This record gives sequence, structure tokens and C-alpha cells, in this order.
Amino acid sequence: MIEVKNISKAFGEKQVLKDVSCLFERGKTNLIIGASGSGKSVLIKCIVGLHEVDKGEILYDNRDFKSMDIVKRREIRRELGMLFQASALFDSLTVEQNVMFPLIMYSGMSKSEMLDRVNFCLKRVNLVNANHLYPAELSGGMQKRVGIARAIALNPKYLFCDEPNSGLDPQTSILIDNLIQEITHEYDITTIVVTHDMNSVMEIGEKIFFIYKGELWWKGDKNSILETDNKEIGEFVYASHIMKLLKSKH
Amino acid sequence: MNIVFHFGRYFIMMYRVFSKPEKFGIYRENTFKEMISLGIGSMGIVAIISLFMGAVITIQTASNIDSPWIPSYTVGFTTRQSVILEFSPTIIALILAGKIGSNIASEIGTMRVTEQIDALEIMGINSASYLTLPKIIAALFINPFIIIYSMFLGMFGGWIVAVSTGIVTSNQYIYGLQYDFKPFDITYALIKTVVFAFVITSIPAYHGYYTRGGALEVGRSSTRAVVYSSIAILVVNYLLTQLLLI
Ligand SMILES: Nc1ncnc2c1ncn2[C@@H]1O[C@H](COP(=O)(O)OP(=O)(O)O)[C@@H](O)[C@H]1O
Ligand SMILES: [Mg+2]
Repeated sequence: MIEVKNISKAFGEKQVLKDVSCLFERGKTNLIIGASGSGKSVLIKCIVGLHEVDKGEILYDNRDFKSMDIVKRREIRRELGMLFQASALFDSLTVEQNVMFPLIMYSGMSKSEMLDRVNFCLKRVNLVNANHLYPAELSGGMQKRVGIARAIALNPKYLFCDEPNSGLDPQTSILIDNLIQEITHEYDITTIVVTHDMNSVMEIGEKIFFIYKGELWWKGDKNSILETDNKEIGEFVYASHIMKLLKSKH
Repeated sequence: MNIVFHFGRYFIMMYRVFSKPEKFGIYRENTFKEMISLGIGSMGIVAIISLFMGAVITIQTASNIDSPWIPSYTVGFTTRQSVILEFSPTIIALILAGKIGSNIASEIGTMRVTEQIDALEIMGINSASYLTLPKIIAALFINPFIIIYSMFLGMFGGWIVAVSTGIVTSNQYIYGLQYDFKPFDITYALIKTVVFAFVITSIPAYHGYYTRGGALEVGRSSTRAVVYSSIAILVVNYLLTQLLLI
């Protein structure tokens, strides 16, 4: 469980997040949704401490992250995995080395144990026979899979995904979404997914936080999002033709 | 942004770079890798430049000596002094600032804009240190060898021209090379080399590390890295020369 209380963040004059509070539950895929530029990435980066918040609290299972020094924070960070918008795989390392990287750093496992774990994780994300390829040789979908495998290598308690299906075709997107949801349920972890994709919302939106211009505008789940008469959310949800069709049939 | 800001941020970054590494073995391994790529990668260009510069210094000295009162071994002597004192340590450092500097800045800059640095931070790794320290240590170790190698080749280049054109005899040239040799000159050159090695790795690392934006900004960081490390070399060279030779 991750709790965010009244956080605000500005870059210079620009107020990006305004008094945002959310409760992200364990064992569920928690979605942060909103238009491009609404502050979703900034929010997730504030939660993991890549940005310092100006105000507010961040609690990882009641542990106050904000007041921790860098050493304490590193301990928490070893409990979390993150999938980045552009995958952020290390260019100079192969798939295998990428997934092994956190293990080498922290696990204290032997070489063969690490290799077993790497192969387990790669198998879990359905990526086999790619161990010795470099990130540049992979398709977007494969890169995301490696990103997920690396994120789960150390058995994290918290999983963060920033736009896990940006740049993917609809089919692959759904596969990745489902994979994230399965992993969340299987290992009972707290997962936060940032997305602007309505398909993902309908697929895995167990809990949804809608950010509008840096404010938490609405929260609910994939059922209630279709029913709400909130204007801004309506514009977001029914932006596409297909969703409009769905609405008219409703 | 102003110079005080950059200085402050640079020193804060260096403080992080030199704080305790989380996993010593990985740092050692990366340092070895950097040493090899740095050493091997610089051999060719340093050899070409050193040979030619040595040759040119020899020709110019010879052609400027037309008084019969100046002994002809002066050519060898002057070549040695120019190569050891200024040419090898400083000019080669400037060349390496261009080569290694742009490389470091673009490598780290790309890692920044593609969120690879964020990925390191998320894993609880001190990214500044992880990415920069092996490069700095490698340069501190390897650059003195590169410079000594350059000194030999510079003097050798001079010898080739001297002998092949007959401006001075081989014996006179070599006598000149050995004439009034002060070992402190080498110490002075190596002190400069070590300081320059720090400059040409840490300044580009700084510019790469604080890149914001995309591919365009990586290019800009890389250019800025070369410009600022070159300026820093010239300023530091002046200061060290005054400090050590006067
Ligand atoms: N490091 C930064 N410095 C300044 N402004 C930033 C920074 N990161 C994000 N922003 C600004 O914050 C706003 C929200 O960005 P972001 O959270 O990336 O949007 P998105 O919801 O599409 O992920 C944008 O207007 C962006 O320009
Ligand atoms: Mg974003």
C-alpha cells in the first residue's frame, strides 16, 4: 500500500501538481490516468523520489519516504521496480545482463542462481531465446518485456509502470497490460500504472485516479468511470469514436 | 545560467561521485573496461599527432637557427623541451578533451534523456558515481602512459625528419635530446597530465549528467563539454605552470 497525502510540486513558476492525495492498494493495479502533460509522470516520479515534492507526504506501508535520507531511501528503492516510458534498458548490456543487473547489485546470489532467476523472469514475461540480444535489436514490445523482467527481478513489493504500452500496437498493449495485472495478483504487490490509454483503463482499471491539470479530479474504477457525469472525465473517456459508439449503445 | 550555479552543482556532483560505492567489484570491473577502451582508443590518434608535431617542431627550430654560434644539437634540445613541457601534456590533453570528452558527455547524456539514469537511481544506485568514477579513475591511471608514449613519439618524429632531411645528424639530435636533462620536467608534465585527466573526464560527465531534453540537447551538452573542458585545461595549465615552474 502506498499513500500519497496532499503533495504539490512546482518547477520554477510552473505548478505541476496541486495538493494530490491518493491511496494505492496492494494486490491491485492502480491506474493514474489523464491527458498528456497533466502531470502523471511527475506524480509517479515524485512518489519514487526522482523528484522532490514541495509539500505533502508519501508513505510506503506507513513508512514516511519523504523524511528519509538517501541511505534509507535506497533501502526502500530496493523493494521497488519500475518500468519506464521508453523502457530505459541499459544500451551497453544484453537482455540477460540487463535483468541480472539488479541481482548483481543487491541479491548476493551466485552466478548460476542469478542466471536461473533471470531465465525465470524472462520466461514469466514470455521472452525466450533473446538472452544475448542488445536492446537496440529488440522490438518495442520486447523492450517493455525486458523492462518488466528487470523490474521484477528482485521480487519487488511495489511496481511502477509509466505508460507501459506507449508505442505498442493494440494487441501487444493488451498483452503487456495483462502481464502487469497477472504479476500484481500473483505476487500480491502494489502496482501503479500511468496511462492515457482507454484500452488499458478498461482492461486493468481496478482503481483509477484521474489527474486533470495537476489536480486529482476524480477517482473510481473501470465501471464507475463509464457512469460518472464529470465533464472533464467524459471528455477524456469519450475522446475516441469507438468509446462514443459504446456510450450510445449503453 | 550563471557560472556560480554550475560550479556549485559541479562540486556537489563530484562529492556524490566520490562517496562510497555500493558494490566495489562492479566498479573495479568497469574501471578496467574504461582503461582498456581509453588506452586502445587513444593510441592511434595520439601517435599520428605526436609524430607530426615532433617533426614540425624539429624543422621549425632548425630553420630558425641560422647563426653559426648556436650549436646544432639545439634542435634536439628544443624539440625535447617543447614536447615534454607543453606539447605532449597540454596539446594531447586538448585533443583528448575533444575525443574522450564528447564521448563521455554524449554517452551519459543519452543515458539521462532515455531515463537510464533514473532507472539506476530507482534501483538505489548512486548513478553519478556509478557512471563517472570508473571513467575518472581510468583516465587518471592511463593518461600518464598515453602522455609518455606521446613524448617518445614526438621526439622520434623529430629524429625521423632530422635524419631524413639531413638538417642535423642523428648523433647531434640525440645529443641534444639528452643535453641538460632535468627529471623534474617529467614530473611537472605528469602532474599536469593527472590534473588534465580529471578535467577531461569530470567536466564532460557533469555536462552529460545534467542534460535535459532529447537528442538535440545531448549534442549541445557534448559540444559544451568539449568547449568548457578545453578552457579549463588552458586555465589550469597556466596556473600549474606558474605554480610549478616559477
Ligand atoms: N523536470 C522538469 N522540469 C520542468 N518541467 C517539467 C519537468 N518534468 C515535467 N515538467 C512539466 O510538467 C508537466 C507535466 O509533465 P508530465 O508529468 O511529464 O506529463 P504527463 O502527464 O504527460 O506524463 C509538463 O508541462 C512538463 O513540461
Ligand atoms: Mg508521461
